[in-house]
Amino acid sequence: MIANYGYMDGSGEYYITIDTDKCAECEGKMCIAACPKGLFVPIEDDYGEDVVEIDSGKVKELKYQCMDCKPTEKPPLPCISACTPGALKHSW
Amino acid sequence: MISAGIDVGSKNIKVVILDGDKIIGKAIQTGSDDQEKSIEETLNSAVKDAKIERSAIEKIATTGIGRKVFKEADYVITDVTAGGRGIFECDNAVRTGIDVGAEESKAIKVNQVGKVTDSAVNEKCAAGSGSFVESMARALGIDMKAFAELALSSDAKIPMNAQCAVFAESEVVSLIAQNTPQKDISKAVHDSIASRVSSMVRRVKLEPRIAIFGGLAYNPGFVSAFKKNLEIEDIFIPEEPLFVSALGAALLAQEKKEG
Repeated sequence: MIANYGYMDGSGEYYITIDTDKCAECEGKMCIAACPKGLFVPIEDDYGEDVVEIDSGKVKELKYQCMDCKPTEKPPLPCISACTPGALKHSW
Repeated sequence: MISAGIDVGSKNIKVVILDGDKIIGKAIQTGSDDQEKSIEETLNSAVKDAKIERSAIEKIATTGIGRKVFKEADYVITDVTAGGRGIFECDNAVRTGIDVGAEESKAIKVNQVGKVTDSAVNEKCAAGSGSFVESMARALGIDMKAFAELALSSDAKIPMNAQCAVFAESEVVSLIAQNTPQKDISKAVHDSIASRVSSMVRRVKLEPRIAIFGGLAYNPGFVSAFKKNLEIEDIFIPEEPLFVSALGAALLAQEKKEG
């Protein structure tokens, strides 16, 4: 499944995308430790796969949680660098 | 097998009881500050409607924003999976379901067996949901049904720029102060919500057949604005849009056992 978590700030509408099929293949789930805001949490999804999702308590705060990593002069993003199967994407 | 699906939404609690794939009982109740008690009451109403004993229910699955509240649940299922399964059951030609509830909206794509392949959620925001329409209707002093229908009689295009329901409400207050006709204000409100929801829906790349469910599916002003925004004519609205996710949860409760 492609799970899109969206948010909107003054500069536009953005999405963090998790490809859960690719995520399920990853044993390390290094994104969990890599995100300085602790956005990603491990779960067993409704189809029995071990994947990560965005912490339900933080879904409505993405514009604030991702703000520090968003400036383009600071690539690569820690979460995307840590995601070895290439399951994570950002639309910005 | 008899199963129950409980959708604990931000406004209403919906329960569907299934015997096999047949709905034998259902109930809806507005939630309260004691959600567990409200869930119990709604479940008992559905049991009464089904004319069965509570003990006859073999499996219970919960979904919705308050899905973790009910401790007796055998399964806790996300809104996306339950909504996708439910809308696919209503019409197995549906490939894109849009759940527009009281407090948030979701776009869900399902495959030919009803499994979710794509989903999109936005940060919780009242400006893209049913509660926004309710508060705007209240601001104009007219009931929800009349407010929704008023939009259909207007051709005006009044942009609402606010990203937030609180600021959007102040725009509506300004429109009232400028003596803008109620039908034009209603259209502006519905256009604004449709625009926000459409933007999210485009993220999952629409695939027909498209369905809307959740409370706003009852709102003709929203459905009309949504169709225009996405430039689509055919939108499937199930008979009881509020019960779709509860139906999906009840079905998944059975399927998990079978699996």
